[in-house]
Amino acid sequence: MFRLDGKVALVTGASGGIGREIARALHAQGAVVVLSGTRQGVLEDVAASIGEQGGAERLHVCAADLSDAAAADALIASAEEKAGAPLAILVNNAGLTRDTLAIRMKDDDWQRVLDVDLAAPFRLCRAALKGMLRRRAGRIVNIASVVGVTGNAGQANYAAAKAGMIGMGKSLAQEAGSRGVTVNTVAPGFVQTAMTDVLPDAQKEKLVGSIPLGRMGQPQDIAPAVVYLASDEAGWVTGATLHVNGGMAMV
Amino acid sequence: MSEIADKVKKIVVEHLGVDESKVTPDASFIDDLGADSLDTVELVMAFEEAFSVEIPEDAAEKITTVKDAIDYIEKQKAA
Repeated sequence: MFRLDGKVALVTGASGGIGREIARALHAQGAVVVLSGTRQGVLEDVAASIGEQGGAERLHVCAADLSDAAAADALIASAEEKAGAPLAILVNNAGLTRDTLAIRMKDDDWQRVLDVDLAAPFRLCRAALKGMLRRRAGRIVNIASVVGVTGNAGQANYAAAKAGMIGMGKSLAQEAGSRGVTVNTVAPGFVQTAMTDVLPDAQKEKLVGSIPLGRMGQPQDIAPAVVYLASDEAGWVTGATLHVNGGMAMV
Repeated sequence: MSEIADKVKKIVVEHLGVDESKVTPDASFIDDLGADSLDTVELVMAFEEAFSVEIPEDAAEKITTVKDAIDYIEKQKAA
């Protein structure tokens, strides 16, 4: 089940903790994976590490700065060129945070997070959908966050972007459904990555206390959810938000 | 038939997968050619690309038949 043999998948933010695990998991299912991110060198290292177990020829690197609208618009086409085939799976995983309480939040903190975490995924969805609708096939999986549903003090910008992503995904799912193209969202809870390493220990302890499964998540907890939603077997699932958060928020 | 009309017809045949004989000037994309609303949007985008014209949303809504499309594009090209 859940094989993705020969399908071209693009993963943004593939140098990050969750992104590289998603890339690894899709690749393990047989997909041709294009890794995107801002740092070419790191992406190449990630690709080399994934390719160690074999299938290195199914890995490609395509760096892009998603805060640049033109770069986001062009990414799907360049990924397809690298892979030599049309895109079957788009995983919008790239994201960044600029945490601070709202009363101290600068316009730039707000705008940058909205640009990279919401506008760029929209641009990638738009570009990917054109081909997917025509081919009557495709899977889009957007990586949101539990805070898009629950909110979180200090993350008005990030929570707004992630909530926006969920609403956007539901709209696109309705637009693309008649063509067999699905659009779903995975909403991770608190996962141990560089993004959450910066949280103070006291806050982390408190967070873990609010998780019924009693631990922070690992990237390996998230990637299988993406594999499922990217697979043929998930063909009757669209507009859904799959919460993977250790039970922290049961929505 | 004009060059534009020929090209429009070809795009419609290709996109909707219908028989060429059905693509008459009065044929409605939705009622006669089996298009859904997404098809009509994709058709308009295909016309825009093929003829290097921009078809704004309010104009696109009025393009419901093959003739509508040909007339609109011919007018744009003549302008």
